[in-house]
Amino acid sequence: MSTDTNCNRAGLSKLDYTGKPTTLCKGCGHDSITAGIIQAYYELGVAPHNLAKFSGIGCSSKTPTYFVDRAHGFNTVHGRMPSVATGASVANKKLTIIGVSGDGDTASIGMGQFCHLVRRNVNMVYIIENNGTYGLTKGQFSATADLGSTAKKGPANQFPTIDCCSIAIELGATFVARSFSGDRKQVIALVKAAHAHQGIALLDIISPCVTFNNQEGSTKSYSFVKEHAIPLHELGFVQFQDEITVDMKEGERKEIKLHDGSLLTLRKLDREYDPTDKMKALTAINDSRQKQELITGLLYYSDKGTDLNTLLNTVESPLWALGEKDLDPGPEALKKINASLS
Amino acid sequence: MATGQSIVNNLSIRVATINGTGSQSANNLLFKSLFRMGIGVCAKNLFPSNIQGLPTWFQIRVSEQGYQDLREFDDLAVLMNAETAKDDIATMRPGTTIFYNSSIIKFTEDQIKPGMSIYAIPIEELSKGITETKLRHLLKNLFYVGALSHLYEIEIEVMKSVIQDTFKGKQSAIDANVAALQIGIDYAKANFTKTDKFLFKRANCNEGKIIVEGNTASALGAIYGGCTVVAWYPITPSSSLAETCESYMKKLRVDKDGKAKFAVIQAEDELASIGMVLGASWAGARAMTATAGPGISLMHEFIGLAYYSEIPAVIFDVQRVGPSTGLPTRTQQCDIISCALASHGDTKHILLFPASPTECFEMGAEAFDLADRMQTPIFVMTDLDLGMNAWVDNAFEYKAPNFDRGKVLSAEDLNKVKDWGRYLDSDGDGICYRTLPGTDHMKGAYFTRGSGHDEYARYTESPVVYTRNMDRLLKKWHTSKKYLPKPVLKGDINSKVGIIAYGTSDHAVVETMDRLTTTSLKYLRVRAYPFIQEVEEFIKSCDVVYIVEQNRDGQLQQLLEIDLPGIQHKLRPIRYYGGFPLSADIVERELTKHMGR
Ligand SMILES: Cc1ncc(C[n+]2csc(CCOP(=O)(O)OP(=O)(O)O)c2C)c(N)n1
Ligand code: SF4
Ligand SMILES: [Mg+2]
Repeated sequence: MSTDTNCNRAGLSKLDYTGKPTTLCKGCGHDSITAGIIQAYYELGVAPHNLAKFSGIGCSSKTPTYFVDRAHGFNTVHGRMPSVATGASVANKKLTIIGVSGDGDTASIGMGQFCHLVRRNVNMVYIIENNGTYGLTKGQFSATADLGSTAKKGPANQFPTIDCCSIAIELGATFVARSFSGDRKQVIALVKAAHAHQGIALLDIISPCVTFNNQEGSTKSYSFVKEHAIPLHELGFVQFQDEITVDMKEGERKEIKLHDGSLLTLRKLDREYDPTDKMKALTAINDSRQKQELITGLLYYSDKGTDLNTLLNTVESPLWALGEKDLDPGPEALKKINASLS
Repeated sequence: MATGQSIVNNLSIRVATINGTGSQSANNLLFKSLFRMGIGVCAKNLFPSNIQGLPTWFQIRVSEQGYQDLREFDDLAVLMNAETAKDDIATMRPGTTIFYNSSIIKFTEDQIKPGMSIYAIPIEELSKGITETKLRHLLKNLFYVGALSHLYEIEIEVMKSVIQDTFKGKQSAIDANVAALQIGIDYAKANFTKTDKFLFKRANCNEGKIIVEGNTASALGAIYGGCTVVAWYPITPSSSLAETCESYMKKLRVDKDGKAKFAVIQAEDELASIGMVLGASWAGARAMTATAGPGISLMHEFIGLAYYSEIPAVIFDVQRVGPSTGLPTRTQQCDIISCALASHGDTKHILLFPASPTECFEMGAEAFDLADRMQTPIFVMTDLDLGMNAWVDNAFEYKAPNFDRGKVLSAEDLNKVKDWGRYLDSDGDGICYRTLPGTDHMKGAYFTRGSGHDEYARYTESPVVYTRNMDRLLKKWHTSKKYLPKPVLKGDINSKVGIIAYGTSDHAVVETMDRLTTTSLKYLRVRAYPFIQEVEEFIKSCDVVYIVEQNRDGQLQQLLEIDLPGIQHKLRPIRYYGGFPLSADIVERELTKHMGR
């Protein structure tokens, strides 16, 4: 525990939430998201030792090394992080799990596992650091590149984009948000709320690749995203048992009570948006794509889902902690089995 | 009846039917009744990759010794499938007994070979005696069982007891089955004059024995071995392993509040099932998957990650005939190399070779200790013959568990350790200490990755560190030898002629040794890879070693040649890869041919 005077509720300093120095390109959107994650976990007072960080392969998937060094981390294989996180979650349901992936990692090689992770409703925060390109293999199009968006060295993308948020909503995800790496405040509020949610919480965060996809003609460049991003609401987060000090007047404010008792507050901006209406959320996502707008914020929320560990009805203790006493069916059971087989 | 020169308890039966017609339960009745009469019996189901309507054969072999491998030829053919009857009778030797459904099968004079005893039973006509039309097609299979029981003297009371146990308490079903059986008995009584010499007589072969499929044994082994997480994707012949595991876990692994002390997940594919296993094992649980060759191929990438980042995993590979879909309902030992060297880069794994349900049970449990101890994937190499056929084997023996969780440091341990690095070989055996996520200690965490890492799990591309790490992994692999099951030696230990076999090939080899009583032979059954000292010494002590295996390319032989240089000139292949369970008839023939007799 830190002796720093700037301590969070767990008595830890910000340093307890930092990781190894980044090795990403200067200005990479992924680093901003990392900073947001650090801030969110610090402010929440998450116990670092109880956090498990997962990722696939890509620049984005490198980032779990750059935050909360005091947590166990697992850089798995390309596109197949969801299954590994699922296994860890069932083995120890007390872990706080975060997965960081890229758009290539999730929407191409990992599309299958992503879909099944969502439909199993594994209790974790799943972040897609979405830059519309394969950063680590030097700038090929990814499946989230918009139709017509141009690559640095080549022609326009000829294939329709995959929208991971729509897919997740279709598959039953109950916490789906989109954000922009440049909107630190929103990223932090969403990471906190995602953490408080039980079940899968998807954050699709547009995160420009300054090296391979920041040119004119790209719909995932900084300037394009900045110009076209439209926050649906201003988000605030009030942790369970904290006083509500959000600077918003009653009436302007909608509240969503999350599983652990925390509140996500949504202040109306220019347009009406109800994140609890599934069909409207899907329509809004679709419309925004047609209009080349990037709507950000909480796209969809429901408190109805049942997460995988609840469905499996497993004991409270982590499965790894069960010993011979819990697991040995004993000699009598074996005798009965033998008798049933003769 | 002729008893003078009767052939007692020595008979191979082949029942030819169509799959999905209910013949399976009739055949099981036959098999189980013989078992309960104490007769040495073995049964194998040769079935197609199909749900209904294709030919299937059930073979029962009765021998005084209770051999669990089949003869190449049968003495009695029960022909119930009109489509295959012509071919079936053509494969029968002269002198065979033929028992057939004369309602749908007609044989011409020339199809009948000299010395054949023929019994015709008009199944379809007799089935009119069953008033319940819905059950008719299922129950009519019992006619041939009834008729056979009359001809060869299977005790009716024993058969009734099997029926009773099968339909526990469902009296109407029991009555219907017994009545159908009686129709067969009555027909045989009234119409057959016994013209062959076969006979069954109560014996004492099955004291302390059970009938069990290898997959059931593996599943129970996993449960008694402390497995708590199963992730799997359906594939023949491994599905029943995972399914049986789940159904036993539901009975044996639930606490008093009804909460599960296990998690079984049917994954979306094998890539996901092995991923889940790695995630669960990384988090500290004992986790397994069960699959067959195509699944192993899909798992290769993850297996490399597990090897390199040192994560325990138990993989049951119930081998079937490949490549590709191959013959998915037939047996082979064809994934030996694919598993021993699974994945890209330099990888070497640990394999176990159970030869019987008893060993599936024992090794199924042991695999979890090994995985935790060695922090690497352990492959339990069974096959379709072992996994899906019902074997007569010793009843499971209870051993009070004492799980070896390997080198895991708790928070308290970390306080005592001066210098901990996840990949630091502080004991010099190549095995390092790991911590589990959730360990409440300032220095308890580390980062797991499939990319280059140093002793402290930090990213590195240093050639020196990489080489050092790879060398340590090899050392670890060698260390595993001291924990692996020892090979089993049989025969004349002074012989210069050796046989090596593994897994299900054992049964055919043991029977071959019994037959070749005048030949000096010794036999080593290998039970694990990497090969331990005894294997090398065995080969060194021989002039010639016959390697018996069920694959085309001599996969175990190749591993022997790679790992034990200088022995190549001694090795001679005996290989069978047609997909049926290996028979002693084949091994004996090949061996005597090789040995120049
Ligand atoms: C099986 C496999 N195929 C291909 C690769 C090569 N590869 C590494 S990262 C990557 C794409 C990463 O893109 P994304 O997930 O969008 O991450 P970014 O680098 O853009 O953050 C690819 C194709 C790999 N590591 N593994
Ligand atoms: S290549 Fe792109 S995604 Fe990768 S670190 Fe550089 S800017 Fe970030
Ligand atoms: Mg990308």
